Amino acid sequence: MSFDLIMAQLFAGVALGAVFVLLSTGLSVIFGMLGVVNFAHGAFFMVGAYAGVFILALTGNFWIALAAVPLLVGAMGLAVERFLVRPLYGRGSDYPLLLTFGLGYVLVEVVRILFGSDGMPFETPELLTGGIDIEGLGYFQTYRLFVIGMTGLLMLCLWLLLERTRYGLIIRAASRDPEIVAVLGVDVRRVFLLVFGLGTGLAALAGLLAAPMRTVNPEMGVTVLIEAFVVTVIGGMGSLLGGAIAGMLVGIVVSLTALFMPEMSTISMFALMALVLLVRPYGLFGRGVLAR
Amino acid sequence: MIRDIAPVQIAPTRIDWPMLAQRWRVPLLAVGLAALPWIVPSQALAVNILIFGLYATGFNLLFGFTGMLSFGHAAFFGAGAYGTGIALARFGIGWFGAIGTGIAVASALALLIGALSIRSRGIYFSMVTLALAQLIYYIALQATGWTGGENGLRGLTVLTLHIGPLTLNFLDPTVKYYVILAFVVAALWAVSRLLNAPFGAAIEAIRENEGRAAACGYDVKRIKLVAFVLSGSICGLAGALNALHLSIVPIDSLSYQTSGLAVIMVLLGGAGTFFGPFIGAAIFLLIEDVFSLWTVHWQLFAGMVFILAVLFLPHGVWGTLVSWRKGREP
Repeated sequence: MSFDLIMAQLFAGVALGAVFVLLSTGLSVIFGMLGVVNFAHGAFFMVGAYAGVFILALTGNFWIALAAVPLLVGAMGLAVERFLVRPLYGRGSDYPLLLTFGLGYVLVEVVRILFGSDGMPFETPELLTGGIDIEGLGYFQTYRLFVIGMTGLLMLCLWLLLERTRYGLIIRAASRDPEIVAVLGVDVRRVFLLVFGLGTGLAALAGLLAAPMRTVNPEMGVTVLIEAFVVTVIGGMGSLLGGAIAGMLVGIVVSLTALFMPEMSTISMFALMALVLLVRPYGLFGRGVLAR
Repeated sequence: MIRDIAPVQIAPTRIDWPMLAQRWRVPLLAVGLAALPWIVPSQALAVNILIFGLYATGFNLLFGFTGMLSFGHAAFFGAGAYGTGIALARFGIGWFGAIGTGIAVASALALLIGALSIRSRGIYFSMVTLALAQLIYYIALQATGWTGGENGLRGLTVLTLHIGPLTLNFLDPTVKYYVILAFVVAALWAVSRLLNAPFGAAIEAIRENEGRAAACGYDVKRIKLVAFVLSGSICGLAGALNALHLSIVPIDSLSYQTSGLAVIMVLLGGAGTFFGPFIGAAIFLLIEDVFSLWTVHWQLFAGMVFILAVLFLPHGVWGTLVSWRKGREP
């Protein structure tokens, strides 16, 4: 086993991990705020990829798609929160979970009706094809570097938004105690709405970024949803840092097992999860109490 | 001080139908299910309602009565099916022993997954069960030598059943239906007994308030695990019966959609009710039956039913009926 190969696989793992990070962040933000486990998160990921295909076919420009997809799907998320999830607040966490599960079915079927059941290729944008060869380290594909960079940038922006702005302050306060924040004169329902939109937008962006690295098909959201759950469980629900670290960890573990034990590659992340659960039932960075 | 004690009035009250239905719930359901082939459009649909109703009943024991939303019950349905199938096709064990093997495999798996997943609570539990069930799916997909992988497990056709001196032709759909019904009714009786037993009260106490149940001295973790294993073994029986019914075990038995199926059926019928799972299974399978004739995209309607049920029928069809009746009483 050459050093180059391991490096290349490690790099692929980090790129894969970046997608996991974006996904689990969206999931985590929605949960932390609304107490809703979004089972349609994978479907939004898939819709993001298809929206990318559609906009790319329309405009032929990847960068327009990159900007438009999160906005478009985020707007969809706003509608979903307003009309489907909002009536369920205060009815226990199972109901929104079940509703979004059903919504996932609907989204997958709608995409099948619109685009067909077969997979679609997604060309890597021209500017980002090729790679960089670093002597002694290995060959790095530009697109994967781009995905990693984008993720890093987005996470930084999100951190700044949450920790350094007034809006972030409201969001953090409302995730602690929505009632008090409402009493203080903030329209909490609007905060919930925007956070749900933000989370779905992140899922869509992850879908678009992942599209050139895997084929686009209606079922792509399902496996990815379960992977995002594994990441969230390992990292600890509601913890941004935990999600980021666990995402990278899972990406690398999956890639390395694909290299050393290919038959174990689909199983390794679950084994990792089981291991973490045995030691820390609420994930690596999870807070013990989750009584919502 | 002595008071005149009025004789206890045994008033000729109205017949308490819900109470009566509750007491006779197993015979009632058994009669209903026995008549099912003449009620629904096709015999194939009736068998499916029987099997998936039992599957949903097993799931309901955990979700409806213990309050634990598992998204991984396909693992037990599939384990029961593969256990039975492998016993029949690879080891040549008789059909009765094969069903037993299926249940045993499902129970053992439930013990394993349960021990790991009940360490977490609430939505965490849902995600962990989903992920572990997916792990089982991938393992079955890889172990082609045992499970047949993507093509499913074949070669387990049961032609005749020997029960004592009796020889039954299992290919006859009517015979098949009533043999499966016998197993389903036995399982329903067991579930009914379980719910009437102190154990039934204990799991409902955990559903209502886990902390208080623990404070009352219940060993919450252990009761949860027992409920999980019992639920898994009933789902395993449903899987075993499905394997016998289909003569093959498709890999889809283990897929997350199968897990979702239990959830939607119970939700639709009424979680935490005895009749709910069968009513939910019947409604869902009827919808599937009707819409899949019209369009290949019937899952669109399945998803919409899911959404509408959550929004407008949170207690399910049966649950809503029961609470409506209760509401009318003075």
